[in-house]
Amino acid sequence: MMSDSPPELTVSLWRGVQEGRYETYKVPLRENQTVLDVVTFVQRHLDPTLSYRFACRVGMCGSCAMTVNGRPRWTCRTHVASVANGGRLEIGPLANLPVIKDLATDLRPFFDKWQQAKGVFAPSQTREDDVARVRPDSAARIAADAAIECINCAICYAACDTVRWNSDYLGPAALNRAWALVNDERDAGNPERLRSVAASGGCHACHSHQSCQELCPQRLNPTASIAGLKRRTMWAYVKGEL
Amino acid sequence: MNVGLYVWQRLTAAVMVPLVLLHVIVIFYATRKGLSAADILSRTRGSLAWAAFYGVFVVAVAVHAAIGVRNVLAEWSPLKDRDAGILASAFGVLLFLLGARAVLAVVLP
Amino acid sequence: MTALAHRQSVLWIAALVHRLSGLALAIFLPLHFLTLGLAIEGETSLENFLRWSDQPLVKLAESGLVFLLMVHMLGGVRVLLIENLDWHDRQKELATVAAAVSAIVGFILLARML
Repeated sequence: MMSDSPPELTVSLWRGVQEGRYETYKVPLRENQTVLDVVTFVQRHLDPTLSYRFACRVGMCGSCAMTVNGRPRWTCRTHVASVANGGRLEIGPLANLPVIKDLATDLRPFFDKWQQAKGVFAPSQTREDDVARVRPDSAARIAADAAIECINCAICYAACDTVRWNSDYLGPAALNRAWALVNDERDAGNPERLRSVAASGGCHACHSHQSCQELCPQRLNPTASIAGLKRRTMWAYVKGEL
Repeated sequence: MNVGLYVWQRLTAAVMVPLVLLHVIVIFYATRKGLSAADILSRTRGSLAWAAFYGVFVVAVAVHAAIGVRNVLAEWSPLKDRDAGILASAFGVLLFLLGARAVLAVVLP
Repeated sequence: MTALAHRQSVLWIAALVHRLSGLALAIFLPLHFLTLGLAIEGETSLENFLRWSDQPLVKLAESGLVFLLMVHMLGGVRVLLIENLDWHDRQKELATVAAAVSAIVGFILLARML
């Protein structure tokens, strides 16, 4: 007589820091299950020493990003059914970032580069001035709006081979934000910002592989933003403004 | 890669698009019935036009290839940016010297 | 290999082919210049080289080089378009067509020379 065992998923999880190994766990396979559910199950029922990060669980915060079968994804929005290769899953920490432990990475280099790219709004007015009137259908605002929804999940940064090959490269997210601000007519930080993104490791290091655009869960297009920065800085350079 | 290197690399690339197309067409035309040194040299010897064409090509490719090699070295080899730049510049100079020599070789009467 | 998971997109491969073809051309170019420089020694030296290069394997290699040149140039045009024109959603199709065109040019040359 065949035993009626419930279906199972074989999951390999990265355990360790930069050095470590993948350890295998067996997790009950359910009909509607996200990768985050799987990781949570392991930590709660199989191995409480597993470290991982999440917050909202509903695809708004970006904290749960991990490498799933080689691709960086939001684990709370990745259904097991769509990624499990013949009942197997391999889950690791995000690439291109230092590993704190197991599936949790240190995002400080990511945010440091954000600052280096001057991805920070520089005000041009005070509270005493009138509210700025920005036309939503102006070309600059359309460009800024197309890039503005980034929630800093670092998936694009983890996917980018140029980040992997070039430690100076500021990365798709930081540059995408710089582009959004370059197009913000209220912002006063442009001369400084253009100089930052025109330097070594800036927008010109991008090779347009487009892994960022392919994998961004917010459907942003950092490659297009970076192309915009390349044009802007090129003209500024040719006109001697840099 | 910074804005200066980028501008030179993209510029030389754009300049070379028509040069490459013409070069490939010339190759097709020249090889239509077997290629001989006499064929090549009878066309190029003493020709200002070919000297100009290939002269510009050599300068453009030396700059373009050097910057490209610099990027590959900086990203794929353990060399630091500065050393990659030095090695790539040396390569660019080599290409220019060999290329100029080749142009003179086929153009001088 | 899971590491190659998202590196199977046509556009990523196009970028890799662009880089590898550039490297190959960079290695070939000094040799090309040295060969042409043989003309300094007189027509005979260059002629001897050209006769040596009549063998099929060399002709295959030469067609390969023309293919590399075409594919590198078209890959470069792809980059110039991405960077300077409005975003194109048909890039993947265009990249594949560019590779095909390069291959065709290479093969035609090979067929004519053999």
